[in-house]
Amino acid sequence: MSHPPSPVVAVDGLSHRYGRTLALDGVTLKVPAGALVGLIGPDGVGKSTLLGLVAGAKRIQTGQVAVLGGNLADGRHRSAVCPRIAYMPQGLGKNLYPDLNVRENIDFFGRLFGEPARERAWRIDALLEATGLASFSDRPAKILSGGMRQKLGLCCALVHDPDLLILDEPTTGVDPLSRRQFWELIERMRAGRPCMSLVVATAYMEEAERFDELTAMNAGRVLATGTPAELKRLTGQESVEESFVALLPEAVRAGRRTLFVPPRPPGEHEMAIVASGLTRRFREFVAVDRASFAIERGEIFGFLGSNGCGKTTTMKMLTGLLPASEGTARLFGQPIDGTDVRLRRRVGYMSQSFSLYTELTVRQNLDLHARLFHIAAGRAKSRIAALVERFGFGPYMDQRAAQLPLGIRQRLSLAVAVVHEPELLILDEPTSGVDPLARDSFWELLVELSRQQGVTIFVSTHFMNEAARCDRVALMHGGRVLATGTPDELVDASGAADLEDAFVAYLQAANGEHASPVKQLPGAGAAAIFSPMRAQPRAGFSLGRLLAYSRREALELWRDPVRLGFALLGTAFLMVVFGLGINTDVNQLTFGALDRDNTPESRAYLQEFRGSPYFAEGKVLTSYEDLDRGLRSAAFTLAIEVPPGFGREIRRGATPEIGAWIDGAMPFRAETARGYLVGLHQHYLADRAAAAGGGSAPSFIETRFRYNQDFKSVFAMVPGTIAMLLAFIPAMLMAVGVVREKELGSITNLYVTPVTRLEFLLGKQLPYVILSLLSFLILFAMAVFLFGVALKGSFWVLFLGALLYVTAMTGYGLVISTFTRTQIAALFVAGITTSLPAVQFSGMLTPVSSLVGFPAFMAHTFPATYFLRISVGTFTKALGFQELAGSLLALAVFIPLLTLTSLAFLRRQER
Amino acid sequence: MMQHLANIFWLGTKELRSFSRDFVLFGFVVYSFTLAVYVQAESPMQEVNNSAVAIVDEDHSALSRAIAAALQPPYFSRPTEIAAGQVDRLMDTARSTFVLHIPPHFERDLRAGRQPAVQANVDATAMMQAGIGAGYLQRIIAREIARFAMRAEPTQAEPVSLAVRVAFNPKLTTQLFNAVMAIIGNVNMLAIILAGAAIIREREHGTMDHLLIMPLMPFEIAAAKVWANGLVITVAVGLSLWLVIETLLGIRIVGSVPLFMVGVMLYLFFATAIGIFLGTVARSMPQLGLLFILIALPMNILSGGNTPLDSMPAFLRGAMQLSPSTHFVSFAQAILYRGAGIDVVWPQFAIVGLVGGVFFVLSVIRFRKISAAAVM
Repeated sequence: MSHPPSPVVAVDGLSHRYGRTLALDGVTLKVPAGALVGLIGPDGVGKSTLLGLVAGAKRIQTGQVAVLGGNLADGRHRSAVCPRIAYMPQGLGKNLYPDLNVRENIDFFGRLFGEPARERAWRIDALLEATGLASFSDRPAKILSGGMRQKLGLCCALVHDPDLLILDEPTTGVDPLSRRQFWELIERMRAGRPCMSLVVATAYMEEAERFDELTAMNAGRVLATGTPAELKRLTGQESVEESFVALLPEAVRAGRRTLFVPPRPPGEHEMAIVASGLTRRFREFVAVDRASFAIERGEIFGFLGSNGCGKTTTMKMLTGLLPASEGTARLFGQPIDGTDVRLRRRVGYMSQSFSLYTELTVRQNLDLHARLFHIAAGRAKSRIAALVERFGFGPYMDQRAAQLPLGIRQRLSLAVAVVHEPELLILDEPTSGVDPLARDSFWELLVELSRQQGVTIFVSTHFMNEAARCDRVALMHGGRVLATGTPDELVDASGAADLEDAFVAYLQAANGEHASPVKQLPGAGAAAIFSPMRAQPRAGFSLGRLLAYSRREALELWRDPVRLGFALLGTAFLMVVFGLGINTDVNQLTFGALDRDNTPESRAYLQEFRGSPYFAEGKVLTSYEDLDRGLRSAAFTLAIEVPPGFGREIRRGATPEIGAWIDGAMPFRAETARGYLVGLHQHYLADRAAAAGGGSAPSFIETRFRYNQDFKSVFAMVPGTIAMLLAFIPAMLMAVGVVREKELGSITNLYVTPVTRLEFLLGKQLPYVILSLLSFLILFAMAVFLFGVALKGSFWVLFLGALLYVTAMTGYGLVISTFTRTQIAALFVAGITTSLPAVQFSGMLTPVSSLVGFPAFMAHTFPATYFLRISVGTFTKALGFQELAGSLLALAVFIPLLTLTSLAFLRRQER
Repeated sequence: MMQHLANIFWLGTKELRSFSRDFVLFGFVVYSFTLAVYVQAESPMQEVNNSAVAIVDEDHSALSRAIAAALQPPYFSRPTEIAAGQVDRLMDTARSTFVLHIPPHFERDLRAGRQPAVQANVDATAMMQAGIGAGYLQRIIAREIARFAMRAEPTQAEPVSLAVRVAFNPKLTTQLFNAVMAIIGNVNMLAIILAGAAIIREREHGTMDHLLIMPLMPFEIAAAKVWANGLVITVAVGLSLWLVIETLLGIRIVGSVPLFMVGVMLYLFFATAIGIFLGTVARSMPQLGLLFILIALPMNILSGGNTPLDSMPAFLRGAMQLSPSTHFVSFAQAILYRGAGIDVVWPQFAIVGLVGGVFFVLSVIRFRKISAAAVM
């Protein structure tokens, strides 16, 4: 196979900023064809930014990036070469879909790259076979172990035969056996496709030994480039890790000395922790399986294992945060009791995520913890002063924890955990993500606590060199403790060269017969997964890619009981509540009568009210005090006083005056009550006139309540509620739909695969439109059968209206999701911006025709107004297509406008 | 005992510090109790205001013109004159809520004592306006006809007159009503969200585990959140009453503001307790958001502040008696409008406190279970 002459990747003078932070500073890099190039350096030095830029996921700010023979800043070149690049972002399976199973994940990527169904199926089988995932093809990605997730990520990356494979820390947090298998797999893939180039970032310096070429990075700059051997020769060191440290600038290295762990004083020690048969189950999943170990007082005890192997769960059981399902654990001879406050004073705990209040300053964090442990003020002061001195917080005292460098933040976490001088420290992966120098200085503090103050330290880690510093180590995998002993004992017992090899040996022994997930294929086997013909993704719009997104979104939605339940059951629940509750009918108003006359005439007057369905009589009143108290305590809404001598004056032909008081606390109700009151009074007068034989008063006005002769609010409010709910819920679900991808990281697939923004948006929208139509049908059925609101007009017009409306409202949700960053923000923005126009200005409460100014503008530019007309029109006004054509057209106009807005806001690349 | 109080106090100060650092949340609280209250107070949602009227005048007499001229803002917009054939179209498209139809020879027939009728078409799907507006229309037309008739022949006085007085709110303005309902709605929303989000935030940052293994009792953690978040909103409500309602809108409150504030604090005890409870049930912020919609929205809309409780079906009214929001609305109206004292509102206070206590105990019980839920 002939190699192309020019490098596959050529980066020149590349700089990148996030706000004020300079992440990359004039980086230059070359990747030859067919080579495996490694980027090494601790977290936060710019490796991920560099890889993201090379993969085309991030937009280039300054500098040149040429990939596969063209400039990546050129959009056309980028689209042309993106099917030849595969990118696996950092984080275990971050661009995968946790609710989809193994096969569905690979299948989705295959569809995005336009592979025909038959070839896709064949290729997926070959990939699953080669990676040993074949027997797990039905397992959802979210319950795969870290190692398997990485293999799945690799399958998804390889499904389209890339020429350039970019892997960002593919093995971080994975157990050493899986790590080893992963690299073997990569080697075989390279053998099968020698022209493929790889760029890999890693935090494990040991792994770097196997790369063809290394680029060491620090603080956004390249320190050195060369083969591993060259780097070691250049620095005169024996390992890549030592070489890396030697390459660091003088100022950073200052004060570094080799960590020395003094031996423990010999003699009998009492036991600090004794765990036997500790087990924890989460439903059927066994997180910790019969773990047994004993830790002596003053010992540094290490827990070594991959992510998700049960280290954290075990620690939580020891702190009493989680009750054990089975087994016992004792701290200092006492059984663990989650409610025992005294025992907790003897323990310090530092959780995985640096348990600090990031919005408090260093001083406030320390003070707060001293107070919560009730350390006397004087002692607390000297204790904090001592900690500040030893931990070197001097210059940082008044900075908020959020602004501290990672290394300092980690030390502060330790400081708050030891402020009360605990006898036992439980530290859950305290050094993950921290650079080697900061890690060493952290360990110095641990050693000091153990050796000088006799503190027992129980620490978990996935770094081998940290585990090697512990007095004793427990190897953990799949919830079980595989072996316990001093690091030397473990190495000797398994006859291995170092702790890593020993761990691998124990893992292999434990896995037994299902040990080798990687099938040893004959040489041709690996090549067989690469097809001779590359599928050529279609340029421009592709319905296939759109439907690939729809299919995937629908699967995820179908498997998420929370969102699905909210969309269907939640909508139905709100319909019941609002349908029954939003009712403007005013009847059965309670009134109190104070009859101070008590003659046939006064009773005749009051009979008008007693006989009316609008009023119900409350307590009979006997005095003004009664009347006053009744109004004040809202015992009635209306009080009527008939004055003394009412009957006599009527007989005399004088005009007696009836007094009426209305409770004005709720203006709408008071207004309506006044209307009824005046009406009944008129009725009384008319009756009297008729009885007197004077002929009825001339009837000047006849009022016709159109569409809703009984004037029942249900006929307007139920169709209105449908419009309101179909505004809220589709918009909120859709808004969360895209932001979820941003939060989980799978949005990267939009940036680096051939899918276009339009395909992405419409593909994601389609399942929500269908789901919302389903909610519409439920709401419709409820309106007709539960609330008895008959449809007087055309169902198909209503259905067409609903289809256009939910398409517009999901489109609105998409617009929101293109500029919000978190799911909660998307929910809030969607909720708040929808509620005002959908509830207040849509015409449900106030007719749009009476709005002016801003509310009127909002009403006319929001889809709810138009659908409300269709909903009320078809249900109550018996209208058909002709009368509602205008509203339907208006709804239809929203759809392309909203989609175009989303397109304008949605980025094709990350910043 | 002193230790418990000290813990609750110090944990609470931490909450206040966190809150004051969260500018988005802070801004949201300020907005909710100033601008949002002001806008809602000024919006004429429950009034007949600027209602669209059209008129079909087939009479073209002095009387028909007088009737048209009598329809004026603020209740009605200036009527548009239309032809008889346009009535259906206009009402179907909801462009007019009311259409008056004055028949030919109306004035002449009236003079002749033939009892002609003006027809008023009312769009009865505009529930908030139709009933009240139709009443206004009748009164305005009747007054115009009476004025016209007076010129023709003086009429006799009515046999019985009616004097209607509106207690507590003589002009039936909606400002105070809307403003207080806005405050109540925002108290409900913010108290639940602030407390719930504070719990979720601690869980997501891992600090909840940290608190739970310190020598603290779960009830101290919950009580600290209740007092700190409650204090923030109490202050906001107090300022809103004083600055927005009394100063900006110039409304004089007759009732006892201190008594109302006591009620607000009691209600906040409930609202933050249920917020904490929801924070322990939801597994993430988005779930909290969805739960909030399903629980707080009905609690708010059905509290009697938006539509009258009397019109709800009996079982729903009964169910809403269990919701403190209903009692909050009822004692707020009693104290602020009707000047009621503690002798009138104590039963509502008691129920709010009791339900609050139940949720407080429930959330303390839930605390220990959080850690188990958050582990995976």
